[in-house]
Amino acid sequence: MRMRYIELAVGAFMVVGIVAVVAMAFRVSGLSSDSQGSTYVLKARFENLGGLTDRAKVSMAGVTIGRVNKIYLDPKRYEAVVEMSISKNMNTLSKDTSAAIMTAGLLGEKFIALSVGAEDEVLKDGDWISETQSAFMLEDMIGRFIFNNQGKKE
Amino acid sequence: MWLFKQLQAFGQQGVRAMEAMGRAAFLLLHSLTWGGPGSATWRDLVKQIYSVGVLSLLIIVVAGFFVGMVLGLQGFTILSNFGSVSALGTLVSLTILRELGPVVTALLFAGRAGSALTAEISLMKATEQLSAMEMMGVDPLKRVITPRLWAGIISLPILTALFSLVGIFGGAFVAVDLVGVDTGAYWGNMQAAVQFYEDVVKGLIKSVVFGVVVTWIAVYQGYDSVPTSEGIGKATTQTVVISSLAILGLDFVLTALMFGGI
Repeated sequence: MRMRYIELAVGAFMVVGIVAVVAMAFRVSGLSSDSQGSTYVLKARFENLGGLTDRAKVSMAGVTIGRVNKIYLDPKRYEAVVEMSISKNMNTLSKDTSAAIMTAGLLGEKFIALSVGAEDEVLKDGDWISETQSAFMLEDMIGRFIFNNQGKKE
Repeated sequence: MWLFKQLQAFGQQGVRAMEAMGRAAFLLLHSLTWGGPGSATWRDLVKQIYSVGVLSLLIIVVAGFFVGMVLGLQGFTILSNFGSVSALGTLVSLTILRELGPVVTALLFAGRAGSALTAEISLMKATEQLSAMEMMGVDPLKRVITPRLWAGIISLPILTALFSLVGIFGGAFVAVDLVGVDTGAYWGNMQAAVQFYEDVVKGLIKSVVFGVVVTWIAVYQGYDSVPTSEGIGKATTQTVVISSLAILGLDFVLTALMFGGI
């Protein structure tokens, strides 16, 4: 009887441990099982990513519809290429959809905001988003601001 | 002449330390595998996981919850100065997953389970139970040490996972329910920042290493103790001191290897 209790307790202990790891995978690190299979890939070129990272959000009208998969540099055009996986439910994005890199809050994380265009044709798996807007760089803005002010004084 | 004596004493210490390390290495290599006459059974392992792991649950869960709550509160007071309270979830989860979870769990484990292992084994030695086993042709390493070693190696990662999870929820309890950080900001930014392999798995790798080291030190100190009442006390103290130092030192090495890119 006592041995049976011990075995039960140990079994429960190990199950709880596995559940904890799984819970951390989904709840804390945000791995989601539906990210495979039910998504399709879009690619976009940007002049400057300004701190966009893997697994950043892709959103439309503030709603997350996908994540950034992969980021690499195009060695011929010296531009950053971003591959993002978009949920299959959102398969009605028009050909002239544009992508912009935005910042959540003043110092928050970077994400990609898509805004839909007007054409009837839709983007398919592996297509390129042609209209892109690079990240807003606070440093550039400050630099330009200082430069302009100096110009005024002289 | 005096200098030679000092040098000789120093050399003796070195030789003794090397001998002790050799015995410890032999003990580990010999008792990692199962089998042999009178070897421990599956049931012995289950019993040891119960006494080493299940009975440590309470202290781990309570400690994890409080560590998470303290981190949440301290992080909130500092981050609110910069108006970036939305980074609180990231702060709490990365701190716990990468550092505090594995280290604090291992320290508590050394105090709660390691000392008990040492005391148990050294008392077995003092009451000549180990020699009695040898007389019967049973290998005490396989019979006594193997299940305890494996129980520690299996239990510590499980305890660490629980500690981290409970700690993050403790941080969420303080942040979201007490001081009023937005739920979406806490969990959303955390999920964007934490990577499963980079943070969760690497933290668990640390805890596996700590599990091996802490249990190894505990069983070695017990097995190698002087079989007197004084020796048992000394061995138990040594276990806690050496394993705590080993955990903190190894933590730096592991962090440098896995996160630091050295």
